[in-house]
Amino acid sequence: MNTRIRKSGPGRQHWWALLLIGAVLLAVPFVAALGGQAWVRIANFAILYVFLALGLNIVVGYAGLLDLGYVAFYAVGAYVYALLASPHFGIHLPFWVILPLGAALACLFGVLLGSPTLKLRGDYLAIVTLGFGEIIRIFLNNLNAPINVTNGAQGITLIDPIRIGDFSFAQTSIILGVSVSGPQKYYFLLVALAIMIIIINVRLQDSRVGRAWQAIREDEVAAKACGINTRNIKLLAFAMGASFGGVAGGVFSAMQGFVSPESFSLMESITILAMVVLGGMGHIPGVILGAVLLTALPEALRYGIQPLQQALFGRMIVDPESLRMLVFGLALVLVMRFRPAGLWPSSQRRRELAESAD
Amino acid sequence: MDTLLQQLINGLTLGAVYALVALGYTMVYGIIGLINFAHGEVVMIGTMVAFTVIVALAGSGMPPLVVLAIGLLVSVLVCMVLGWALERVAYRPLRHAPRLTPLITAIGMSIVLQNVAMIIWGRNYITFPPMIDKKIYEVGGASFTNVQVAIVTLAALVMLGLIYLVHRTRIGMAMRATAQNPHVASLMGVDINRVIAMAFIIGSALGAVAGCMVGSYYEIAHYQMGFMLGLKAFTAAVLGGIGNLAGAMAGGLLLGVIEALGAGYIGDLTGDFLGSHYQDIFAFIVLIIVLMFRPSGLFGERTGDRA
Amino acid sequence: MSEHQVLLEAHDVAKHFGGVKALHDVSLTIRRGEIYGLIGPNGAGKTTFFNCLTGLYKNESGHFIFDGLRLAADAPHKAAEVGIARTFQNIRLFGNMTAIENVMVGRHLRTHAGVFGAISRNSATRTEEAAITRRAEELLHYVGIHERAHDYAKHLSYGDQRRLEIARALATEPKLLALDEPAAGMNGTETEALRLLVEGICRDGVTVLLIEHDVKLVMGLCGRVAVLDYGEKICEDVPAVVQKDPRVVEAYLGGSVA
Repeated sequence: MNTRIRKSGPGRQHWWALLLIGAVLLAVPFVAALGGQAWVRIANFAILYVFLALGLNIVVGYAGLLDLGYVAFYAVGAYVYALLASPHFGIHLPFWVILPLGAALACLFGVLLGSPTLKLRGDYLAIVTLGFGEIIRIFLNNLNAPINVTNGAQGITLIDPIRIGDFSFAQTSIILGVSVSGPQKYYFLLVALAIMIIIINVRLQDSRVGRAWQAIREDEVAAKACGINTRNIKLLAFAMGASFGGVAGGVFSAMQGFVSPESFSLMESITILAMVVLGGMGHIPGVILGAVLLTALPEALRYGIQPLQQALFGRMIVDPESLRMLVFGLALVLVMRFRPAGLWPSSQRRRELAESAD
Repeated sequence: MDTLLQQLINGLTLGAVYALVALGYTMVYGIIGLINFAHGEVVMIGTMVAFTVIVALAGSGMPPLVVLAIGLLVSVLVCMVLGWALERVAYRPLRHAPRLTPLITAIGMSIVLQNVAMIIWGRNYITFPPMIDKKIYEVGGASFTNVQVAIVTLAALVMLGLIYLVHRTRIGMAMRATAQNPHVASLMGVDINRVIAMAFIIGSALGAVAGCMVGSYYEIAHYQMGFMLGLKAFTAAVLGGIGNLAGAMAGGLLLGVIEALGAGYIGDLTGDFLGSHYQDIFAFIVLIIVLMFRPSGLFGERTGDRA
Repeated sequence: MSEHQVLLEAHDVAKHFGGVKALHDVSLTIRRGEIYGLIGPNGAGKTTFFNCLTGLYKNESGHFIFDGLRLAADAPHKAAEVGIARTFQNIRLFGNMTAIENVMVGRHLRTHAGVFGAISRNSATRTEEAAITRRAEELLHYVGIHERAHDYAKHLSYGDQRRLEIARALATEPKLLALDEPAAGMNGTETEALRLLVEGICRDGVTVLLIEHDVKLVMGLCGRVAVLDYGEKICEDVPAVVQKDPRVVEAYLGGSVA
């Protein structure tokens, strides 16, 4: 019996589980800091990717629209923040103005791209979104002349951190007797954002709009016959995903203090999509797992491969950077080979696969 | 100098390469509906192998044309094996998996091949040894080289060969039948696995030829070269209507010409606001515009929804 | 026939694919509250007519007047909105959604909650969601598959899938329910149950347009029947008359059954 429709309130053990997760989330930045602030930053990126992956999950997982240019919206958010809060133009707007602005602009781009192209069938949409991502990146790379808008490949530096009154996210401060560093502050901000998007994902799933998305994913013609305006509903998913990408971009900008076109390559879009698919498309815990793993794995490899080669061969035989990517690529291939529905698919998709294997 | 004619000639050369690579995408897509993201990397490996062979034989005293031919041949053979292995190891086990699974595998394979190439050939640009004395011809104010002539001629021959293969041979017929309806084709005794493997093998062979052309045209190679090339070629395939061989050829040529013209004239068109480094965006802008008006590509069949 | 008795008028509807004329100026009138049958041999244009009516195809000429209003062509969701619901010859359910979710999708048209309602789960949305669930349960009861409410649509038996499709169509609150060969592939018992269901739907005030191959079912169920052959309407009358019409016998029954 499926229990997705009628939700009982969380039982006792649910509360314990939540409490445990809360405690772990609270402890992570302080434990990570023992190994240096670099580890806190890695944790921050993991959570930023959770946010991005769950944003993309709405588009790909729920509505079934294959978006290979998601990073374009992330870039829009990042550059909106960078341009409006840095010495580049000498504008320094507060974050609570820029983040919504970035989200709105990303959303607008999503609508502009989506409204003519969403009628295309899946793979065509994929290549169009991919092309759009490349167009955005090429513009960011070259819009430094004749008018210097983006500062080209050098990117924009000295971006303002997020600041609330005198409380800056860039400095260490003492909160309740505990010393909290800049990255640790961003960590908690990101966790708050991630919790927000998890709630949004969960609530959308069992809603009128969420059902319409699933219906379109399952059978577009039948969805139309049920009176669903498929074009608008798809556009809604696309625009929502884009907005979340925009928010993530803004936070990325503030956290890094630096953006350049290099951060918004096609590889980035592909990595985010891989997180969604590798984790288990449409299944929230799976997507979270995918995002955390694919952020952590390359980092672990970065720190692990060099000493390993030294220990085994006494010298560096293979360039660690390419070996790292090689392992990453192999991991994608192997996971898809042995867990085609992702590492942690919803029970529904598991069953589906078991059937088709017959 | 007559820019228009010059850009047309350059575009045609580039377009011939795109067309060959696009055929590899379109054949695989037409039969199993997979965007083989790793195809661009196969092309890159083709270039690299040809480079290695040519460098190794350069001092052997053989005539340059023979060296080139051997380089091309070895590169084609290596890529055929690579294409076959890709299908056999990475894609075949996923024939019945959810739609996005093989796509992620393809992306993974693309990353793997790129980095293997980097480990073997290094991360720097590789200069192709010039094997042919370049001759420059002038026609109506535009110039072209014997290399360009060779590229376009070879591409035309290879494409004619492919058309013959697909329309006149048993395996070609089996491929067309499988593309129409794999289930019925298998009931008619077509060995689907063999057909799919052949699509990969032939596509990779064409890719290797294209890779050798790119190498001798630009006289330069790099482990990341396959990526943009593959992307453009895939765009060309979609432009022509993916799954359609003639469409891929036309789409490739068209894209090459559009790019060359675009790069040549963008400065004039935008009052020098945008320069020729925007060359790469033409492919995508044209793609988006074409698909807006012809959702199945220029030569794709219009597939209505069947109720 | 007075104005308010007519639900649907088709005027000279024509459609061709390439050179093939699938529909040749077909006109017909469906009255409120009747069960109207559309029969004809394979390839006669029945499903094409359906697809034009429900906006899936765009007819080249002619038009439909539904409930006094002219239908806008080529917008399936608009057809559903004015009150035309349909099923498909080759069942099109949302396979990876449960039976009840399928019916809930059918309520989409008559409900309003948007993204903000969904995310905030405000009281209006909760009330609406409860109403959707309740109505979906009622409809599953109505077609008799409430016990399978939480099974995935693709796991239902063939007959249950046909019923689920009808429940989903009814969820859109149609004035006209268009059924495309609902008895195809059913055995005798299932067909009989289907007959009772369709009669019930009609009694409850929904006009039914029925495309069917099963001549016996059509003749027993429909008040009036139209016959298509090669895209042309060759006959329209009560079943008893249609059955004896020589053109029908010639075209459809091939002279062997009468």
